[in-house]
Amino acid sequence: MKVGVIVFPGSNCDRDMFHVLTDVFHLNTQYFWHENGLPLDIDAVVLPGGFSYGDRLRAGVIAANSPVIKDVKKLADKGIPILGVCNGFQILVESNLLPGVLLKNNSLNFMCEWVNLIVKNNKTPFTSKLELNQKIPIPIANGEGRYYVNKKLMNALKKNKQIVFTYENYVNGSAEQIAGVCNNDGNVVGMMPHPERAAERLINPFDNKPSSLIFESLVQKLGIKK
Amino acid sequence: MSLQNQEIKYIKNTIKRKLTKTELQIVAAEWSEHCSYKSSRKHLKMLPTMGPNVILEKGYDSGVLDVGDGYAVTVHIESHNHPSAVEPFGGAATGVGGVIRDILSAGTRPIAILDGLRFGDIENDTHARWLFKNVVSGIADYGNCLGIPTIGGEVEFDDCYKGYALVDVAAIGFGKKDSLIKNHASKGDLVILIGGSTGRDGIGGSQFASDLLENEDRSAVQIPDPFIEKLIIEVILEARNEKCINAMKDLGGGGLSCAVSETAESLGIGIELNVDNVHTRESGMSPDEIMISESQERMLIITSKQKLQKLKEICDKFRVMCSQIGYVKNDKMMHVKKSNKTIALLPAEFVARAPLLDRKKTKPKYLMLIKKYPTTSASFGRTLDYSKIILKLLSCPNITSKHWVFQQYDHEVGIRTVVKPGFDASVLRLDNGKFLSAKIDGNPKHCYLDPRQGAIGCFEEACRNIVCKGTNPIGMVDHLQFGNPEDPEIFWTFMESLEGLTEYAKFLRIPCVGGKVSFYNETPLGPIKPTPLIGVLGISNKTPFLSVHPDNGDYLIIIGNTKDELGGSEYLEYIHKFIGGTCPVVDFKDSKTNMLAVLSLIKNKLVKSVHDCSKGGLSIALSELSIFGNIGFTMDVKKIPCKENLSFEKILFSESHSRYLLVIDKKNIIDAKQFLSKKKISFAVLGKFSGDQIIIRHKSKNLVKFRIDLAQKRYFNGLEDLLKHG
Repeated sequence: MKVGVIVFPGSNCDRDMFHVLTDVFHLNTQYFWHENGLPLDIDAVVLPGGFSYGDRLRAGVIAANSPVIKDVKKLADKGIPILGVCNGFQILVESNLLPGVLLKNNSLNFMCEWVNLIVKNNKTPFTSKLELNQKIPIPIANGEGRYYVNKKLMNALKKNKQIVFTYENYVNGSAEQIAGVCNNDGNVVGMMPHPERAAERLINPFDNKPSSLIFESLVQKLGIKK
Repeated sequence: MSLQNQEIKYIKNTIKRKLTKTELQIVAAEWSEHCSYKSSRKHLKMLPTMGPNVILEKGYDSGVLDVGDGYAVTVHIESHNHPSAVEPFGGAATGVGGVIRDILSAGTRPIAILDGLRFGDIENDTHARWLFKNVVSGIADYGNCLGIPTIGGEVEFDDCYKGYALVDVAAIGFGKKDSLIKNHASKGDLVILIGGSTGRDGIGGSQFASDLLENEDRSAVQIPDPFIEKLIIEVILEARNEKCINAMKDLGGGGLSCAVSETAESLGIGIELNVDNVHTRESGMSPDEIMISESQERMLIITSKQKLQKLKEICDKFRVMCSQIGYVKNDKMMHVKKSNKTIALLPAEFVARAPLLDRKKTKPKYLMLIKKYPTTSASFGRTLDYSKIILKLLSCPNITSKHWVFQQYDHEVGIRTVVKPGFDASVLRLDNGKFLSAKIDGNPKHCYLDPRQGAIGCFEEACRNIVCKGTNPIGMVDHLQFGNPEDPEIFWTFMESLEGLTEYAKFLRIPCVGGKVSFYNETPLGPIKPTPLIGVLGISNKTPFLSVHPDNGDYLIIIGNTKDELGGSEYLEYIHKFIGGTCPVVDFKDSKTNMLAVLSLIKNKLVKSVHDCSKGGLSIALSELSIFGNIGFTMDVKKIPCKENLSFEKILFSESHSRYLLVIDKKNIIDAKQFLSKKKISFAVLGKFSGDQIIIRHKSKNLVKFRIDLAQKRYFNGLEDLLKHG
């Protein structure tokens, strides 16, 4: 049983994610450099936040062409849980593993602040322990976090229950306040806010339980007994 | 070139031959004020640098403090004023880059950034607003990309910075003590340049920064590339783990000239390098350009022959360029070649140690002309509406919430930020379970009226903020920013500030672990006000003090005396446009006793939160507590401890030091009072939090009365409202 954290040049939340997975949730976690392949028997994959390739061209677009993405796609097809956070979400979108695009925030500024998420789909491997419509206090930190899809795709997202998280209040101009989505099968989840920054009591000024449940859902999915 | 006549004479007498063109360029870059500290170095020695936590090593560009359990914290501060005034985005961004590499060169991972920003009047000056917005974007763009949280700082606006900008960046690093780089080198070791390519950007930057900003010399501003910097951080830390680094220095002001000569000098070695081996951004660069280019994101590493292969592999993994540019000799010479030809051959010590200057100082005439403050408020010609004044101050650029700034910075990455920016000092958790607090403070308005007392005040204010978080001050860094040091009056203000800081540092036994001096900060209207900036680090044991905002029924205690010290206050300058009066003076004894008292109260869990009284005085500090707690407060103005009979405006707005506001749960109020009485601290219980208004009474009359929701609106929207309109 193993969780992989992929490291791209410019990833900068990889160590934070690793810390939370290992020290807080006791998952057997390993880093994978983007040029190396992923073992096919891996049990879950996380694409952490950061500025892969310095956000050149467009956030996530260069990393989406990294060798490792081929393996991520194979694993996604196999139904392995895959989570992309912030830049990881942008990479998943740019690799067509998730629908939509992420545009510059309406403020045109980088935004780092605490927001409330609302759980809209609790059937994914990262939300199964959360209640529907449960609130999650969590920080965002991005410049290109405004989710956008066209109308047709939006209808499909709604129909397939692919909207996983929305913001409680207006944040950055995201379509339908979307903060996170999943693929059709529900095993690939992308979200702009950072659960790894909200899962520990010391650094969460509000309530760390809801964000912890994102990781505990994964722990449950991987069948690890507590 | 910036060499002075007496320096040219000194060169002639010492080297006894004519210098080559390249040698002259190298020497001019290294002997600039910016690199050589030739005006200040003699005097900086007065600052105490030793302390129980200080770790000293050769050639460190940052201060190193032992924080126990085998861990060390590094800290450094730098400014990028001239470049930011010309090109605010790039200037500020490369300012961040430079100080981060100083932290890295000790072998520690950078874990936090703080920045102190100063501009002209953004309310009325669109250029100041443009500078401000772009400096903030530049810092955000760079720091966010690196994944290093910007956890705090300060922003201030004053007419003395019109057309100019002060951009100070402090950085903090963290690592295991046994993986600190112990700079050493032996004959035959290789000199490696890694990172970005050398280009024509930043040519002569250190000289540009050591002169008046008369023309906007754009070629001297460096171009930022945070992505390469991020890769360099990972390369260096991996190379450190693989023991590939014998010695290391970042390339900053003066470029290769400075890095090579200073490394050779500090390690007592010689270095021979060939400019043909330097990877350049463009063809046809002259050797002189290569030697003094200040292109960013470059590090100089000395490695041994056996480790070269490993180092190259690490660089390859991250696609970071790595050139072997020379090797170590034992002749203590700096030897620069182009193909087979020697183009510079000078003793490293000669290059690295500019002849120091004895600057003249005289007390400035302006100080004799400073106006006394009229004794009654009636002198302003009308009865004052204090509620209106407080609300106006809450939205004034120097006091209003700076969330518009710090929300553009990722202050959470690294998941260490326990206390977020926006309220006194920020606090980080460390891997050994301890907590580190950091704060920087400056106050040019006070320093202008009294450079000595003003500087001490900044130092105390930073310490107060550290103490408010239940942490003990363990080290300070200073950044002394003044006008042209050739002017004896300006040099006097520099010396006064420095002596003041020294006196206070010695009294509190806080070592100065790093710092920087920046002269020639002048605008077309003249020199800036003296602007020493003080950064203080604090540490606490393994239980953090997580302060809680006041709640209904909580008591408020004030510690410390309010004095007749309205000079340089935000109240006088912003409300009445009056520059003058007596600036606050720190009473050393009270300063220490009050600090220790606050720390004890926190340690004994008798307080819910502590807030320091500073800009705007007591009325603003109290309003801030109510604003954050979303709860009102009522008190009688005569309860405030004062040493003499003071007018209402002095009580409300004096920025006297050593004062703290303590929020105390009612179950602890008796114990807290007993403790403070026993310690003979000057304090008063001001009342209880309740309601939704701030009311300050005198006898039965309301001097101040306003609603908290209105105050919140003013406080949180002040800056955004201003910036929305261009």
